Amino acid sequence: MPKSGSTSKISRRTALAGLSAGAAMLAMPRLGRAADEAIRIGFPTPLTGPFAAEARDQVKCAELAVKLVNDKGGIGGRKVELLVRDDKLNAGEAATRTLELIEKDKVHAVVGALSSAVQLAVNEVTRARGVIYVSISQSDTINEAKDFSKYTFHEALNPHMTTAAVARQTLKKGMKVAHLVADYAYGHEMLRGFKRAQAAIGADNVGEILHPFGAADYSTFMPRLMSMRPDVLCISNFGRDQANAIKQAVDFGVKQQMKIVVPVILHNQRLAVGPDVFEGVVGGANYYWGLETQSTSAAVFNAAFKAANGGAIPTDYGAYGYSGVGSLLAAMQAAGGTDTDKVVDALEKLQYDLTKGAQHYRKCDHQSVQSVLVLESKKKSAMANENDLFAILANDAGSDDMLRTCSELGHAT
Amino acid sequence: MDLSLIIMQLLSGIALGAVLVITALGLTIVFGMLGVVNFAHGALFMIGAYAGLYLASLTGSFWWGLLLAPILIGAFGMLIEFVLIRRLYGRSIDDPLLLTFGLSYILVEGVRIVFGSDGIPFPTPIQLVGVLDLGIGFFPRYRLFVIALVAVVLLVLWLTLEKTRVGLIVRAGARDPTIMQVLGVDIGRVWLAIFGLGVGLAALGGVLAGPMRSVNPEMGSLVLAEAFVVTVIGGLGSIVGAVVAGLMVGVSVSIVALFAPEMATIVMFALMAVVLLIRPQGLFGVRGRTA
Repeated sequence: MPKSGSTSKISRRTALAGLSAGAAMLAMPRLGRAADEAIRIGFPTPLTGPFAAEARDQVKCAELAVKLVNDKGGIGGRKVELLVRDDKLNAGEAATRTLELIEKDKVHAVVGALSSAVQLAVNEVTRARGVIYVSISQSDTINEAKDFSKYTFHEALNPHMTTAAVARQTLKKGMKVAHLVADYAYGHEMLRGFKRAQAAIGADNVGEILHPFGAADYSTFMPRLMSMRPDVLCISNFGRDQANAIKQAVDFGVKQQMKIVVPVILHNQRLAVGPDVFEGVVGGANYYWGLETQSTSAAVFNAAFKAANGGAIPTDYGAYGYSGVGSLLAAMQAAGGTDTDKVVDALEKLQYDLTKGAQHYRKCDHQSVQSVLVLESKKKSAMANENDLFAILANDAGSDDMLRTCSELGHAT
Repeated sequence: MDLSLIIMQLLSGIALGAVLVITALGLTIVFGMLGVVNFAHGALFMIGAYAGLYLASLTGSFWWGLLLAPILIGAFGMLIEFVLIRRLYGRSIDDPLLLTFGLSYILVEGVRIVFGSDGIPFPTPIQLVGVLDLGIGFFPRYRLFVIALVAVVLLVLWLTLEKTRVGLIVRAGARDPTIMQVLGVDIGRVWLAIFGLGVGLAALGGVLAGPMRSVNPEMGSLVLAEAFVVTVIGGLGSIVGAVVAGLMVGVSVSIVALFAPEMATIVMFALMAVVLLIRPQGLFGVRGRTA
């Protein structure tokens, strides 16, 4: 039993300590709250609709990026929270959800979107409110001065760099090229990219057909495409449109006459229609798990994803979710919190390597400079296991030369 | 423009129309005889594709899937009629519409839970892989098979309805169910069979479409819209109308795709708008009909 004297001494000390702590709380109320408050990242993505498979992988990988940071104690002691919202692949819906995330949920930054048109709608909202947005959807427009703001970052590849890399592997001087293109922003930008690359290589354009977005049947375009007699057919569409278009082209015997090339070859769509349909199709990619033999970052990312998802492997669009959220959190770590200007500054200075090698955001347009993969779908007999989908034809290291110049995009240089 | 190209284009239009006919047929039969607007028709089309795929992989043959899936899903349709739809006869036309609308959400979500929301591959039957040289161009064997099969189904359906006693009862039941009951026909059993037939046709459409498209839980929603367009153009409840309108829509989409591909989807809705303006009851519909 302690003596009564010592008890009174302690209580006096405790009282003093309590008093000074209380005074500190009153003096710096904002700081005290900020240290406890979680960092909230808004994540709009099309969980329903034709891109649902890719969107779900984005969410899984974004959650992984958040978990890895939280496991290490968060950022400056603050936990990170991911607020996932379904944008339903609709620009209006995405704008509404983003506005809610900012106004109601008070998010500190937004990452996400999968469709190029939807991403521009999200960007409209975030830049008007001065909130950082890291886009993970392929787009050229978002790099251009008219849609750019200091808060806008673009982690995904853009059509210009993707189509150039794919064209380099597949087109030769004098080849005849036909295009089947989804009639919306993504398709138009890919077509523009391909035509620019084609002109540089000296290949000839023999025709282009625009198809309605989300079409289930492509058979009616096939006779005309065949009659153009191209050497290469470029199919620029996304999600289930890619699977359906390639499948029906193959049914019509297109592969016997020409090579099928896509700007972005999708892991999930290859799974959806099987190896025989995709056999020999060549396309670009930001990520493929098989990169792990060439890159330790890929091996580490694959292992972390497998551990969190029961042995499953991460996909291309999943990797965007991981590197988009991961790069933002790394910048917040460097900036010591969520102060927007400091985080923007940190993102511009950030050198990161999360999935496949060195990346950084170019100063003038905030485009992530990164490597581009060109993949070819393997035939069934050449697959070592069920995950062995693609052969890596090229892994072009990231450089500023891949991008359009800052002045071409309309940025002050 | 090359004549052979136009012929190829017509052929792909007919193949497209064949799938439209088979799906619109189920919708229009159920509406014509039962007065039920089945909003779950697209979802049942999707279930048919999954059932066909599952049965094909179970038996190792596409043909068993093609035969058994429509029967199985048709039986499931009869269960739906017996347990749910039956209670709503004689009430407002909106009631079964809302019921089936809700049902379609349950079916789609159910498939998502069981099979996942990713698309899954449905291989073309080995005998029909590849193209046939028609002299003027190549056409997928499978699509030619679809045209032929739909023609056979239509013929059997027509013969049954027009030439058999069962067909006579069905047609009479659609005209005046009360008299039929007075004459001692168990009209409830007729309705049960009709609903099962409609759902079975949806499932058949799903299995046939499987090897042409990726199979996924949302594949039915677009099909439902297309089937409604065809039904409205042909006239609600008219079987001949569904056949004519289905082929008309398929060929129109195909020919428009040749000249203005970006308009290919809009053309069917434009066609519907024109028909509604000129002949609101549809091409083969009966004016002022309320089932």
